[in-house]
Amino acid sequence: MSDAAGDDGVGVEEMKVRRVAGTGVPVRGDDIDTDQIIPARFLKTTTWEGMDQYAFYDARRDENGELNDHPFNEYRGANVLVVNDNFGCGSSREHAPRALARWGVEAIVGESFAEIFADNCKSLGIPAATTDPETVEELQDFIEANPDAGIEVDVVDGTITYDGKTVDVDIDEAMRGALVQGIWDTVALLRSNMDAIDETAADLPYVDSRR
Amino acid sequence: MSERTLYDKVWNRHKVADLPNGQDQLFIGLHLIHEVTSPQPFSELRERGIEVPYPERNVATVDHIVPTRPEGRERPLADESAEGMLTALERNTAESDIQFYGLDSEKQGITHVVAPELGLTQPGMTVVCGDSHTATHGAFGAIAFGIGTSQVRDVLASQCVAADKQDVRRIEVDGRLREGVHSKDLILKIIAELGVDGGVGYVYEYGGEAVRDLSMEERLAVCNMSIEGGARAGYINPDETTYEFLRGREFAPDGEAFEERKAYWESVASDADAEYDDVVHLDATDLEPMVTWGTNPGQAIGISDPVPAPEHLPEGEREAARTAQAHTGVEPGESMAGYPIDVAFLGTCTNGRTSDFHEAAAVLEGREVHPDVRALAVPGSQTVKSKLEAEGVDDVFREAGFEWREAGCSMCLAMNDDSLEGDERCASSSNRNYVGRQGSKDGRTVLMSPAMVAAAAVEGEVADVRDLTGTGVDR
Repeated sequence: MSDAAGDDGVGVEEMKVRRVAGTGVPVRGDDIDTDQIIPARFLKTTTWEGMDQYAFYDARRDENGELNDHPFNEYRGANVLVVNDNFGCGSSREHAPRALARWGVEAIVGESFAEIFADNCKSLGIPAATTDPETVEELQDFIEANPDAGIEVDVVDGTITYDGKTVDVDIDEAMRGALVQGIWDTVALLRSNMDAIDETAADLPYVDSRR
Repeated sequence: MSERTLYDKVWNRHKVADLPNGQDQLFIGLHLIHEVTSPQPFSELRERGIEVPYPERNVATVDHIVPTRPEGRERPLADESAEGMLTALERNTAESDIQFYGLDSEKQGITHVVAPELGLTQPGMTVVCGDSHTATHGAFGAIAFGIGTSQVRDVLASQCVAADKQDVRRIEVDGRLREGVHSKDLILKIIAELGVDGGVGYVYEYGGEAVRDLSMEERLAVCNMSIEGGARAGYINPDETTYEFLRGREFAPDGEAFEERKAYWESVASDADAEYDDVVHLDATDLEPMVTWGTNPGQAIGISDPVPAPEHLPEGEREAARTAQAHTGVEPGESMAGYPIDVAFLGTCTNGRTSDFHEAAAVLEGREVHPDVRALAVPGSQTVKSKLEAEGVDDVFREAGFEWREAGCSMCLAMNDDSLEGDERCASSSNRNYVGRQGSKDGRTVLMSPAMVAAAAVEGEVADVRDLTGTGVDR
């Protein structure tokens, strides 16, 4: 479960994510792209409904359309996804982290993330923490050997705790700031600077002043 | 940190404020909108009662889901979900007073083809779109990058994004591309050399003799695929090629205003003594036509090179290479020449521009598509299509046996009904060869230049275009 506190009183949706505790799901492999995470045919929608069914849709099925032994079939109920290098590369589709989140993912630990994917995680309040390849592999091995064992990602301290030990992970400063301060829905924040926006725009040679 | 680069200058001009989380608030000069990543943001704005503050800095078109057969474009569209997305975009843009080039417009097309050809994209701008191939617009000397749906909402609501400034890597390409070798080959080579994640954390600045020599359309193809190398943005400093391309375009200034604006464009180019976070050198002289053998765009080799044996690759790449080769069915040690293909696909935001079709037409002239190949020519925009038709180039494609289609993203990602079937193999001028990308999870994609797609279409297998056109000197 995610230790999130809601406060929607001021227009900015404040949802602080300080720690995520639960169990892990390892998805091994470098360069897992967003077409793997959610195939494009499931993007034909004007809402976010149904996204929970689509995470790794094709990868989770065999040639007869039956569910195979993909981790997303085997580790239901887990909430800490553990991945390798350059996870989420490819398309900008926010449907990808949304599909993961609706499946149950509340935090991701990996060797590295594609930038747009990491931005999308931040927009959704999903901490994406990075660590070295050895730690990732050890963590994946540990989860496979102990699928029910507890894992905790501490966003404030930048650590992950498993197997009785706590190790440091890297969480991008902007992401940590957004999650810990609870400002990842940036609409009101950006709009609070409307005068400065207008000044910046007025100073650009190609922008006419706002109507 | 970099200093006095175009990236630094344009960033500073567009920076609105420091945000509490350490990011910068950046003003967006051009926001491009399409039907896939915009419906939820517009709904959210409507729920919150927020109006778009700078509607004239936003432009929309419809590309991902549109049918490309003329008869399939009658409304309502046969595909109900596609019709729903199109209808939503029509309503959303009308309510927010945003320019929309819909299916009834002669300017409809792929966002990254439409904005450059209309002169909407200009040097010294910030450009975003809910699409990773927004990097394309960097070809003009703009900071252009893809954003997620929540960020699309932010831009609609404030004309700004919250962003982190990246490091700048200069990619200096010396020498000149030989005949039969194109900018697509160059960018595939760059990605193969630096890796599909080599650009994470960087913006790429492409320069050097080989890049200076490129036309604007060729430059667009290079910048387009920056994201396939992990770089969210890539750009080329503006020069006379850029300015001459813009002169006379619908949204470019004209007369005296053009010269005034040009002074701004010139001022944002990287200074001669600019400082970079990293510099990489490549030589274009010996570059061959490139083809992919695997399931990511970095798994690419020259047409006469052998497919690498996984055990000879760096340890971290071996498993992925084995999996990829099992999927594509290629044999290590053999070249990709002779790899049979079932489909030839020409178009996309990478290579769907007029010059791309000219390159392919030069190969197809007087030749026929192999009987076992179905071949699609999908112009990147209706403007490209009508220009080619006025020139009679469409006849070259039709007579060779290509289907001549209307503009859209089409079989790049198969969100319309243009799709690979089963385990078909496709010679494609698109940008991604991921598993399942072209609509069938067993389908195989070989990325290459438009000229190479034409050669593959004729031969029914991957072939060196220079063998067909007689430009393969010294071979």
